[in-house]
Amino acid sequence: MSVNPELQGRSYPPTAPYLVGREKVREFARAVFATNPLHHDVEAARAAGYADVVAPPTFPVVVQEHALAQLLADPDGGIDFSRVVHGDQRFSYSRPIVAGDELTATLTVTSVKTLGGHSMVTADALVADAAGEHVVTATSTLVVRGDE
Amino acid sequence: MSTPALSDLTVGDVIAEAEYALSRDSLVRYAGASGDFNPIHYRDDVAASVGLPGVLAHGMLTMGLAVQPVVDWVGDPGRVVDYQVRFTRPVVVDPADGALVNVVAKVGRIDEDAARIDLTVTFNGETVLGKAQAVVRLES
Repeated sequence: MSVNPELQGRSYPPTAPYLVGREKVREFARAVFATNPLHHDVEAARAAGYADVVAPPTFPVVVQEHALAQLLADPDGGIDFSRVVHGDQRFSYSRPIVAGDELTATLTVTSVKTLGGHSMVTADALVADAAGEHVVTATSTLVVRGDE
Repeated sequence: MSTPALSDLTVGDVIAEAEYALSRDSLVRYAGASGDFNPIHYRDDVAASVGLPGVLAHGMLTMGLAVQPVVDWVGDPGRVVDYQVRFTRPVVVDPADGALVNVVAKVGRIDEDAARIDLTVTFNGETVLGKAQAVVRLES
């Protein structure tokens, strides 16, 4: 099985809304060694001008994961999950994520390349809030290893 | 704590350094927090069966912790407006001794309203992330 080159340009429907919980932000922050008070202390976050605790920079991976699941499950995508390695990752923000945000992610495959038996699939997950405003774009390149 | 100003920065300045001790517990905690339950991050037998040298830290855990010295320096995680890495080498986490990950953050570029901070992230003396760059919004 190999990656379908026609994946390039394909978009998937927006994911179901993900409600960012205050305890989830704290839990994620502890997991990435993030000790800044704005992740944990609501009063500190409000004093800094935020509505609630602020998510760490890599938190959107939680929402991106739901969007990428659609790509991996695509019946004619040809991506064998057991051969997938994370190649690179980027987050480009319009505004920080805070607890209380309701986020949806819309995934588009921007590029499919084959390089020496491996395939590189790059996809943008556009994360928007309940008002439809852009929050962050999470871009991942997945390397799908070919047969050894 | 006051926010650093662009006018105080010079390209090449080391703005932060930190070391993180990862244990298997760290990986289980990250799996739960992120929802990434790939067993190569907590089961030696599964890691071995797919030809890995051992249980690996999630790349996204390494990415997540590597930006923390920058967040601590700038004081406000909301000022990190862009953050990217390339995953170049795995971090193997020993069941008893864990793994030490070292981060050095330097000023890479200074723009009108932001600074690019370049991260050198090493494990066992080798870099594990490539092109690790965080763009931080700052005032002059």
